[in-house]
Amino acid sequence: MNFFSITRYGLASLMLCVALSAHGEPKTLNTPLLEALTAIKQGSMTQREQAINSLVELKNPRSLVILQALLSGKLFICKDDDKLVIGEPNEQTYQIRDAIDDAPLAPINAEQVSKINLTNKLRSQLRKIIGELELNAEQADTRLAAVKAMNQDIDERMLELLKTRLAIEPDARVKQAIENSLLLQKVDSVDKNERIKAIEQLKTQANLSVVNKLKSLIEKDSDGQFAEADSDIRNLAEAALAKINTQLQVYSAIETVFFGLSLGAVLVLSAIGLAITFGVMGVINMAHGELMMIGAYTTYVIQQILPNQLGLSVILAIPAAFVIAGLVGIAIERGIIRFLYGRPLETLLATFGISLFLQQTVRSIFSPLNRSVATPEWMSGSWQINDFLSLTWNRFYILIFCLLVFVLLLQILKHTRLGLEVRAVAQNRRMAKAMGIPTARVDAMTFGLGSGIAGVAGVALSQITNVGPNLGQSYIVDSFMVVVFGGVGNLLGTLVAGFSLGIANKFLEPFAGAVLAKILVLIFIILFIQKRPRGLFPQKGRAADS
Amino acid sequence: MKLLASSLTDKTYASVLLTLLAVTFIIPLCNWLTPTDSPLHFSAYTVSLIGKYLSFALLGLSLDLVWGYCGILALGHGAFFALGGYAIGMYLMRQIGSRGVYGDPLLPDFMVFLNWQELPWYWFGFNHFGFALLMVVLVPGSLAFVFGWLAFRSRVTGVYLSIITQALTYALLLAFFRNEMGFGGNNGLTDFKEILGFSIQSEAVRSTLFLLSGLALIIALITCRWLVNTKLGRVITAIRDQEARVRFLGYRVELFKLWIFVFAAMLAGIAGALYVPQVGIINPSEFSPLNSLEIVIWVAMGGRGTLYGAIIGALVVNYCKTVLTGLLPDAWLYILGGLFIVVTVLLPDGIVGLIQRKLKEQRA
Repeated sequence: MNFFSITRYGLASLMLCVALSAHGEPKTLNTPLLEALTAIKQGSMTQREQAINSLVELKNPRSLVILQALLSGKLFICKDDDKLVIGEPNEQTYQIRDAIDDAPLAPINAEQVSKINLTNKLRSQLRKIIGELELNAEQADTRLAAVKAMNQDIDERMLELLKTRLAIEPDARVKQAIENSLLLQKVDSVDKNERIKAIEQLKTQANLSVVNKLKSLIEKDSDGQFAEADSDIRNLAEAALAKINTQLQVYSAIETVFFGLSLGAVLVLSAIGLAITFGVMGVINMAHGELMMIGAYTTYVIQQILPNQLGLSVILAIPAAFVIAGLVGIAIERGIIRFLYGRPLETLLATFGISLFLQQTVRSIFSPLNRSVATPEWMSGSWQINDFLSLTWNRFYILIFCLLVFVLLLQILKHTRLGLEVRAVAQNRRMAKAMGIPTARVDAMTFGLGSGIAGVAGVALSQITNVGPNLGQSYIVDSFMVVVFGGVGNLLGTLVAGFSLGIANKFLEPFAGAVLAKILVLIFIILFIQKRPRGLFPQKGRAADS
Repeated sequence: MKLLASSLTDKTYASVLLTLLAVTFIIPLCNWLTPTDSPLHFSAYTVSLIGKYLSFALLGLSLDLVWGYCGILALGHGAFFALGGYAIGMYLMRQIGSRGVYGDPLLPDFMVFLNWQELPWYWFGFNHFGFALLMVVLVPGSLAFVFGWLAFRSRVTGVYLSIITQALTYALLLAFFRNEMGFGGNNGLTDFKEILGFSIQSEAVRSTLFLLSGLALIIALITCRWLVNTKLGRVITAIRDQEARVRFLGYRVELFKLWIFVFAAMLAGIAGALYVPQVGIINPSEFSPLNSLEIVIWVAMGGRGTLYGAIIGALVVNYCKTVLTGLLPDAWLYILGGLFIVVTVLLPDGIVGLIQRKLKEQRA
């Protein structure tokens, strides 16, 4: 080994001298890195292997990056200047960066670079080496991933590495993962007591590798023989697996509840504006879905205006959608609905006409095709809690957004002048008028408020579904169901109804499938209305008579 | 509005009836008596088109009975129409026999395609025409009975009722889209070959279907007209105007409502059964809430609570739809949307009401 490294160093420094003299500029970078890299460029696989080993020993932060690039086939030599680069294929050209100092270089054609190849043996060796390097990386997440990756194919040397790392590991999660890996290893040890102890300890830890390990213990092979000869161990593993499975059921229940809540949040957002117009004014607004559609398209337009500011455009879209949908709502109220007060069925038909009109308008302006609205980075991806439980961020944000809108709306109704007037008109229109409340203006403002909230709901919807002319139509029946189920004129009822319908839907889905679950929920509501025609939380007092 | 029915002279009713009779008999007669190249000969397309309008008119008439006379704005009336259509469609599917693409003597093509081994139980009996006809009225009738019994007994009224009828048709729409339901899923039932042994494409069958549609409409109009003028009909009208008062007078409001609702659903089923053989397809889109709302607009457009108003409305709106979707495909939804607004805000009594008002002004 020593002998080899000496000759290698000698050879490499010779090459370096040549390279330096060719470029004619002195490099201040640490020479060992350069030497190792030069060795990598040499053709023979033995040399490459040695270069890889020396890169590891260097403990240079660049080593890991270079080795990872090498493993994923992204390490290239430029044919022109013999430079080592890391390249990302980008259509015809390669987007390249200098391997040593990470400086971006001009894109280059595919023919101008040659890839550094590896043998399969070298590749698997490299994988282990990278694992080791990652185990000592600075970021806790990288270390965690490395520990988990090691579980796939662990050997004595890695075990030693893990043990040494465990002693100095500061991060609790990584520590836990290492202990877990060591326990998994102990399950396979020769000492039976040790194995039993390991299984006992493992059963409190639910993660994918534990489940796989335990499953492999109780599996039969193709001849019907148990893979594990010892029946005590098998029984123990089975018991441990059963315990973990109950835990997993809890996780899946949590996940279902979360999905249900997020669906409920969408339902509440779409129904809450309806609850105001329907509950407070007694107006059935069939165009409510189209007001949501307007909100979604507002998001789309703002994103077109600010293509590089995804996050900002979504934030800006919220007030913009509120204002635009609210103004359209006021226009509808002043233009048509006010002539139809006291005739709910006619209002229903007229607003339905408006909804067709708005749909077709959008079709004419934006084309009948769906438009895609991009999701900002902080809203995409998911929150990985453990191997079995991950919650998507966009749903999470919508849930929070829904609650915010709800609380804000309640505050407006409770603590502002407008809210006071709205409640007064809802309770007793004629008395309110007699007390000097301008009911016509309040009607318009209420309708505008409900419509504005529909627009805001549209912004939220644009983040989870396609934005198209039929966006509103697909939510209108659902949102009516929520309002009717919760009890007309009761915002809290809408909230409870939306969340319970969402959760019910998601719990039914695994048994019945998505469509059948929806049908079952609809049938349930139809039956529920028979029992309690005024919903979960009926209005009491005089308002209930009308 | 409520006085419209009584203020109308019987003359209007009689003239509508006579026109219908004339159309019903003249078109098939022309086709039977004249050779195909004669100018008096109507093309198969025209016959089917007008036949389709007539079945829509019957559908509109049935909705007018529940909405115009009983005040129940049913937004799911299209569901009964579609169910009647599916019943006759199932008969027509069984008639295909082994002439389908896969040549299975028993299973329709879509079932072979889904790898089904045997006919689901609810498809049995549909190879008999009589059974299918029975189902055309029984299936919509029993759905209306169960739904209406539940809804009217617990006094669900007004917009609540409208919304849950819409939910009903929406649920059916989703259900019929499922392949597992055994009704052809998305594509529905189509590729019909024969009805009672006669080719469904043949001109004679088309003319006969046309004649039947016309006759069904005329008989339904006469029956409904008679019905609304009986004591039962008067009670139903009274329920529309003052439900609570009728209840206090000792009538069991829910039974009257249920009766009229079931009867109208059966009429709608018949309309569907006449529609499907003439257009040659039935698919789940007939259940869409939009279709049911279109029926409402026919009735509102023609003038509700008059019976013949619904017929006029259905014919006028559908004729406009055919012409306009051909000329300006994009404009139809604008016009339909506009119709909803104009009719409700400016023409609460529809075309019939407008004509009546003009006539009265002239006389005055």
